[in-house]
Amino acid sequence: MTITAPELEKTIYTRPESLTSVQTHYCPGCTHGVAHRLVAEVLDEMGLREKTVGVASVGCSVFAYNYFEVDFVQAPHGRAPAMATGVKRVLPDRTVFTYQGDGDMASIGMGEIVAAAARGENITVIFINNANYGMTGGQMAPTTLPGQKTTSSPNGRDVETQGYPVRAAELLATLEGTSYSVRRSLHDPKGIRNAKRAIRTAFEVQQRGLGFSMVELLSICPTNWGMSAINAMHWIEEKMIPFYPLGDYKVHPMLAEVKI
Amino acid sequence: MPPKGRIVVNELFCKGCELCVDACPQDVIGLAADRLNAKGYHPAEMIEAGCTGCGICTIVCPEAAITVFREVTQSQAEGKA
Repeated sequence: MTITAPELEKTIYTRPESLTSVQTHYCPGCTHGVAHRLVAEVLDEMGLREKTVGVASVGCSVFAYNYFEVDFVQAPHGRAPAMATGVKRVLPDRTVFTYQGDGDMASIGMGEIVAAAARGENITVIFINNANYGMTGGQMAPTTLPGQKTTSSPNGRDVETQGYPVRAAELLATLEGTSYSVRRSLHDPKGIRNAKRAIRTAFEVQQRGLGFSMVELLSICPTNWGMSAINAMHWIEEKMIPFYPLGDYKVHPMLAEVKI
Repeated sequence: MPPKGRIVVNELFCKGCELCVDACPQDVIGLAADRLNAKGYHPAEMIEAGCTGCGICTIVCPEAAITVFREVTQSQAEGKA
């Protein structure tokens, strides 16, 4: 259908400036793209694009440096919080964020993230929880749900031998140095709006020098879950949210005055 | 009368994931069955009139491929409304 532009119109939404004009390598429907877009929109709104350093992790998000129009460094697997610590300490006027998946942050990088949060490093962490290792072919991750079938747990995750999943937002909320630890979901428009507000708050925490902030985003992996993007969104709602309840697990009292 | 709007999909980025098709409250988005983009996907497009310019498709779009416009009157454009 051809649609002609009316004489007078206003632009309601356009691609954020903090995203580069390149195609991403993500699978169709992957909510990594949504998370990228939300971070880019927040950086645009806060006018931080020229003063931000991102730290890319290892996993599907390894090429994040190609997609953001900000300075980026690439960290060794799981070491993004350690690298972000160094960047932030050397350049304290920059906004520093890491973008990590569950293989990177909740598995190999669990030591780094806990230590960085315990030190109260003034960095922001965007954590993508999609319940498996997406890049390597959908193996079981620390965040895989009990009974969930993956390529390395073909009979479903058996908690007797393979243990229970890690709830990162709750875990980091127990640490003194953490100022903001929340979980949001990217499964519907309302959830995505709430996720954007949380990402904005997390960057506000850093701007105010309040300490460590982390936003966990429940995300889909349609390819490795073996379903369409739309069914995967329903799967988050039905299976993941009951196990990973959405909510604010730690919010610094000074954030009460921040209105977004 | 609901506001009138339109969307423009950047076919370079669209991967035909259909999340916007599912999310559109007016059901005016569909995949273009007659063509493929450079990556081999059928890109999304507006298939009929009725878009209100609400922008929900842009909220769910993982590729930030959609631009939304909404029609305004002369007085709104001049800031009087």
